[in-house]
Amino acid sequence: MDILPQLFLDGLVVGFVYALIAVGYTMVYGVLELINFAHGDIFMVGAFVGTEVLVALAGWGLRATADPWLALSLALLPAMAVAAALGVAVERFAYRPLRRSPRLIILISAIGVSFIIEDLVRLVETIHQGKFVLPVPTVFPDVYHVSVPGLPSPLTIKANSLVVVGAAVIMMVVLTLIVSRTRAGRAMRAVAEDPVTAALQGVDVDRIIALTFLIGSAMGGAAGVLFATQYTTITPYIGFLIGIKAFTAAVVGGIGNIPGSFLGGILLGVLEQVGGGFVGAKFQNVFAFCVLVAVLIFKPSGLLGQRVQEKV
Amino acid sequence: MSAAGGTAPRPAQEGAAGRAAGPVLEARGVSKRFGGLVAVERVDLAIAPGTVHSLIGPNGAGKTTLFNMITGIYRPDEGDILFRGRSVAGLPPEKVAERGISRTFQNVRLFKELTALENVLVGMHLHLRANFFDVVLHTPRVEAEERRARREARELLAAVGLGGLGDELAKNLPYGHQRRLEIARALAVRPALLLLDEPAAGMNPRETEAVMELIDGLRRERGLTILLIEHDMKVVMGISDVVTVLDHGAKIAEGPPDAIRRDPRVIEAYLGKAVER
Repeated sequence: MDILPQLFLDGLVVGFVYALIAVGYTMVYGVLELINFAHGDIFMVGAFVGTEVLVALAGWGLRATADPWLALSLALLPAMAVAAALGVAVERFAYRPLRRSPRLIILISAIGVSFIIEDLVRLVETIHQGKFVLPVPTVFPDVYHVSVPGLPSPLTIKANSLVVVGAAVIMMVVLTLIVSRTRAGRAMRAVAEDPVTAALQGVDVDRIIALTFLIGSAMGGAAGVLFATQYTTITPYIGFLIGIKAFTAAVVGGIGNIPGSFLGGILLGVLEQVGGGFVGAKFQNVFAFCVLVAVLIFKPSGLLGQRVQEKV
Repeated sequence: MSAAGGTAPRPAQEGAAGRAAGPVLEARGVSKRFGGLVAVERVDLAIAPGTVHSLIGPNGAGKTTLFNMITGIYRPDEGDILFRGRSVAGLPPEKVAERGISRTFQNVRLFKELTALENVLVGMHLHLRANFFDVVLHTPRVEAEERRARREARELLAAVGLGGLGDELAKNLPYGHQRRLEIARALAVRPALLLLDEPAAGMNPRETEAVMELIDGLRRERGLTILLIEHDMKVVMGISDVVTVLDHGAKIAEGPPDAIRRDPRVIEAYLGKAVER
């Protein structure tokens, strides 16, 4: 039991990363009823753009650790911008032309896009760096050891973990405000419920769908940078497993439901760390996907989801 | 064009003041087929400004299909639809709304998970200018615009008799209120032409009376032109200036309510079964 608090903390950090990615799945599912399998790879592209910026800064003599906040901002902004642009482009060229096709076709297109992005990044990095597994420069090097009364060993908390959680919380709050308070957010919710009726109110549905991809992908890109700084090595294939986990988180929380995907992400992160910690870290994924199966069997609409009526 | 006299027909102008002298909406030989089924067949229709024009006919006569063509959900297979003199046939729904046509539905289609106020605000979407970056940066322009929009939305809710219910989720409103909310949302588009698809369906006589008053008020106070699908003959005969009768997709009669009531073709096709008096 001694390791439980530490596992819980580590789980929270992973969970917040999952949550940021899960939002992208859930928002796109909300407006298109599509599982955007390329989303994990958009997250991965964010990680690479952020890492490349940190590497370039170091090359120009600005070590990330010298001014970590500046370095993080400089890594986040282009990563979010590139991820957002990529997300919008994927929707425009791989999904929109197929919108009237059967659901399966567009899903297969998504899987195809996923492979294309992975191997393009691998190609570019191999040309550019001579390798495609990149070490990530450290940004926040501090590690705190916090003694908590009643615990036999002090908790280890990386400064970077706090930044990850803080940044994730800020982004979630901003997203929630956009969705609940603004004209664009209102239009998004309207399109998610009934696109034809929304169009009849003058809402340009294509634009709202593009905007949904833009916001979801930007958050995915940011999650990529945070993940890279936290786990220090990235490959073009990280998007697959983490994407599936984040998708699981979205399903656990109730796909289509934004607060649900936050909750699902955090829950999944904690469960897999704690579970893996007791049984062996190799079994983390087993835990994560057992959660998925259990939710699908016992509460298929997810923790905060509502039963969606089949559209007729 | 002899009827127009001195005012030769000019290209219709945009804007509230620029309404052309001709019909607000004109359908010319409009047809729609679904596979082998002819839903609407070469229908002509002209709706004069400021009138309440009713569309009646047995189930499957093509009334709602005609609505769907006017509002851009379907593209007509033949013919053209002119709104204020310009073709709207085949335009996407959001462009039709932008031109000034809005509608309600036979089965209420509100955004159920949004509040009543938010439903009306979605209807106002076209008239809010703030773009994504204004919203993200939260400029004063956004603030002022949202405040104005919310006030206007509350006024619209009050106008349809839903004052004070703005914060209720649409799905929690009683059925009669949902129908009114749909009208408020349609008004938020600021249409020149309002299409109402069975606004009195499923209502008791008292509610029906209130809806008739509401429709009459919209025409008189807002100068709206209204195209109405309705099965309740009391409503149709009570508030229409002109009634068009469709049967099996074709127009079989048109005229003032009194003439329609006596038209033998109409009685045969429709009224004979529906009205027992």
